[in-house]
Amino acid sequence: MDVTESDVLAAAERWRREGRGVALATVLETWGSAPRPVGSRLVIDADGNFLGSVSGGCVEGAVVDEAADVIASGVPRTLEFGVADEVAWKVGLSCGGKIAVFVERVD
Amino acid sequence: MRLDLLAALNAERAARRACVVVTELESGAQRLVARDQVDADPLAGAIREALAARRSRLVGEGTGRAFIAVEVPPPRMLVIGAVHISQALAPMARLAGFDLTIIDPRTAFATPERFGDVPVIAEWPDVALPAYGLDPFTALVALTHDPKVDEPALVAALKAGCFYVGALGSRRTHARRVERLQAAGLSPDLIGRIHAPIGVDIGAASPAEIAVAVLAEVIRALRSGAAHAEGVAA
Repeated sequence: MDVTESDVLAAAERWRREGRGVALATVLETWGSAPRPVGSRLVIDADGNFLGSVSGGCVEGAVVDEAADVIASGVPRTLEFGVADEVAWKVGLSCGGKIAVFVERVD
Repeated sequence: MRLDLLAALNAERAARRACVVVTELESGAQRLVARDQVDADPLAGAIREALAARRSRLVGEGTGRAFIAVEVPPPRMLVIGAVHISQALAPMARLAGFDLTIIDPRTAFATPERFGDVPVIAEWPDVALPAYGLDPFTALVALTHDPKVDEPALVAALKAGCFYVGALGSRRTHARRVERLQAAGLSPDLIGRIHAPIGVDIGAASPAEIAVAVLAEVIRALRSGAAHAEGVAA
């Protein structure tokens, strides 16, 4: 499937206008090897549908879970994923890198 | 992100203008900074650097931390020539995220049967290019091998600062092309920006293999900071 960053931003706007609860996740920072560059985006709706990516598929599931809380509360949060977080998150980046992801609601 | 800010951001992208979104992480406050607003922004220096490098980045410390998200227009690829290589290149380039259009004045080549839903403009480049609007976020790939068709497009792409300009043809063909472009008054620096022979050297032989080589070269130009710095500054 053909998904570009502009599709992600267009989907975020379209989904919100359709009345869905929508969150936008953005890679803020990476350390070591990371699959997607800073600024990469993932859009998530309240039903857990998503488009785009913030990693190579390693942490999207956890971001989607967190997004549900952000959609409900409206409070943005910053998530960190990496090898050291394996215990806390039960997910991590097998490449050994570390990423910070900002998750915000589209209001 | 507020919906009105998101809509304004999508409008900037649709208009093919680079801009940034600044997010203050502590408060969550956000603003869209269009290119003509950069100088007036408190983070003007950092925004200018981020735009020039085409890299989103965090700035500041502690509660003053802010994220500068660089938003550049989606890349386009304009292919001159509805040829066999273009038939292979079109689906590959679309998969890689390029908005692809083909121009070929030869109506026998530019048919929907051969290209499906890919936009094919059956016009001479001189006629089609003004409406298309070449810009620094566009790659120009000239594949007709016919100077009458390729060269006006090459000249227009070089003058528009396209991030990639490539032309099919052997070294000998290209040497003759260079002579004609010099005679037409183009500077050696500008002519030197043409990638020819086209494509990264992977020994490509079939049309599909050549398409892979061309797409790889275009992606390399897109992802090398220099090309984009040039584009953003233009």
